Amino acid sequence: MSGSVALPASVPGAARRRRVFADRFWRAVLGLAALSSVAVTAGIVAVLALESAPFFAHVGLGRFLTDTVWTPMFAEPRFGILPLLAGTLVTTAIALSVALPAGTVIAIWLSEYAPPRLREVLKPALELLGAVPTVVYGYFALLVVTPALQRLIPGLPTFNMLSAGLVMGLMIVPYVSSLSEDAMRAVPALLREGAYALGGNKLLTALTVVYPAALSGIGASYVLGIARAVGETMIVAVAAGLQPNLTVDPTEPAATITAFIVQVSLGDLPHGSIGYQSIFAAGAVLFAITLLCNLAGHRLRRRFREAC
Amino acid sequence: MRSLQQTIALRRRQDRVFHVLGALCTAAGVLVFGALLADLLWHGFARIDWAFVTSYPSRIAERAGILAALQGSLAVMVVTAAVAVPLGVAAGVYLEEYAPKNRLTAIIEINIANLAGVPSVIYGLMALGVLVYVFGLGPTVLTAGLTLAALILPVVIVATREALRAIPRSIREASHALGATQWETVRWHLLPYSLGGIATGVILGLSRAIGETAPLVTIGALAYVAFPLPGPIRAEPPFLSFAWLDARFTVLPIQMFNWVSRPDQAFHANAAATGVVLLGLTLGMNAVAILVRSRMRKRIQW
Repeated sequence: MSGSVALPASVPGAARRRRVFADRFWRAVLGLAALSSVAVTAGIVAVLALESAPFFAHVGLGRFLTDTVWTPMFAEPRFGILPLLAGTLVTTAIALSVALPAGTVIAIWLSEYAPPRLREVLKPALELLGAVPTVVYGYFALLVVTPALQRLIPGLPTFNMLSAGLVMGLMIVPYVSSLSEDAMRAVPALLREGAYALGGNKLLTALTVVYPAALSGIGASYVLGIARAVGETMIVAVAAGLQPNLTVDPTEPAATITAFIVQVSLGDLPHGSIGYQSIFAAGAVLFAITLLCNLAGHRLRRRFREAC
Repeated sequence: MRSLQQTIALRRRQDRVFHVLGALCTAAGVLVFGALLADLLWHGFARIDWAFVTSYPSRIAERAGILAALQGSLAVMVVTAAVAVPLGVAAGVYLEEYAPKNRLTAIIEINIANLAGVPSVIYGLMALGVLVYVFGLGPTVLTAGLTLAALILPVVIVATREALRAIPRSIREASHALGATQWETVRWHLLPYSLGGIATGVILGLSRAIGETAPLVTIGALAYVAFPLPGPIRAEPPFLSFAWLDARFTVLPIQMFNWVSRPDQAFHANAAATGVVLLGLTLGMNAVAILVRSRMRKRIQW
């Protein structure tokens, strides 16, 4: 504790001034560091706005939102975001149809049924699955799940949204179940005991008391799960194909917004070309969707924390 | 009209059915993951040997290796850690120990929560626009490190804040009562005591960064690198060289992405082997983080 020799306030001197200066200096340094996160956000917003502005000026918002073909690299380019949005929506919907039911059932089971010791093992294991790099999930989708699906669905193309969506759902299950379980465990035991006293079994208690009480927390986990599915890149880039395709048929290949950004980045694009600007326009749409999800998720989570 | 006994029996049955259903669901999830990982290990392990780790990529699958990707991943991680750790810890300390409760603080906090949910590919676009073109850094190791540092900044900040929050108030009060300034309290008490929690967060953040593919593809990382990164040491003074910061590079996940995407099946074994290495690194880092956390918890008892 060499630096913190206490000097009485009445003793002025160089040492005291030095310490006060050091205190102010470090306060300023730490404050600047805290602002760095704002700088990152500002950088994201500025880049997306500035780089996509010429694109929107050239294409027009109406054509961007209503044209049904997305071919910005062609000699006669078309700039309709709908095919990319369709790809994103279909893969997200498949992923959610796996992740939300499975994640919820697992969360209820872990929170209300599982023996505590088993839960203590399973929870960290679930969280470990969240650490698997997404490109590894992409490998699973393309080289394990797709061949398996091709045995069930003859004629399924090598690249398809179904396989990518299913693996994406599997990736999101631990995320949803872990956050939902946290929310349900935070529901006071008193409420459960009240339900038991009225003759409820665990299932009725979970469905009619715990789940509604934790609903905003569970909702937050759903919304954040949606944001992850919409923003997931490598699984769809590897397994769903890179061709924009306006379809809702999950057995077809189609590019998502994220896959398009990757596909363009893999080539060599001249800075400032319309193709280069198009990935920022696509990125701006992606950022807007995920920002809405995140804001909704955080609002739900805050409401849950206040209610508990 | 059901009798009471029937109702009780029915509810017991409901409970048993759901208990089994939930257990099956959880087991199914674990089994699917287990099967996928087993498949990866099965295909990957056979391909891993000394030559695979010490060779550059090749057009012939059997001769290709991951040396360039390993060098690239290591170099990028060094930059990421060097930037994200001081910045994230400092920001966390400020928000937890200094920040007044005002609008600016609230904005910074909402901002950090939102940053954590921004898709990683967006960070790549940001880096492409700002670092590659405005700052003119090009698609180099330095750009990649800075990109991933921005990406894991929220993780480090949140971990630092949680570690600080676990320290009892009385420590701060005792330090102030003895005449220490706020900075001296942070420097000599709060930082040393929260080191374990911070280290855990940093390792988890880096384990996420090492597996990131999309943002580095976006800034223009190469998929095929057949030359070594410039070494960090040279013969003449000052003996250190930073030429590697300016070099073009590839990393393990991009190497894996490249090999997965090839139609030639021979490369899929390489992809699996790279996946095993990548998985070993990330899960190993997570295991270390869990270990650090539990050891710290045992050592410090408030």
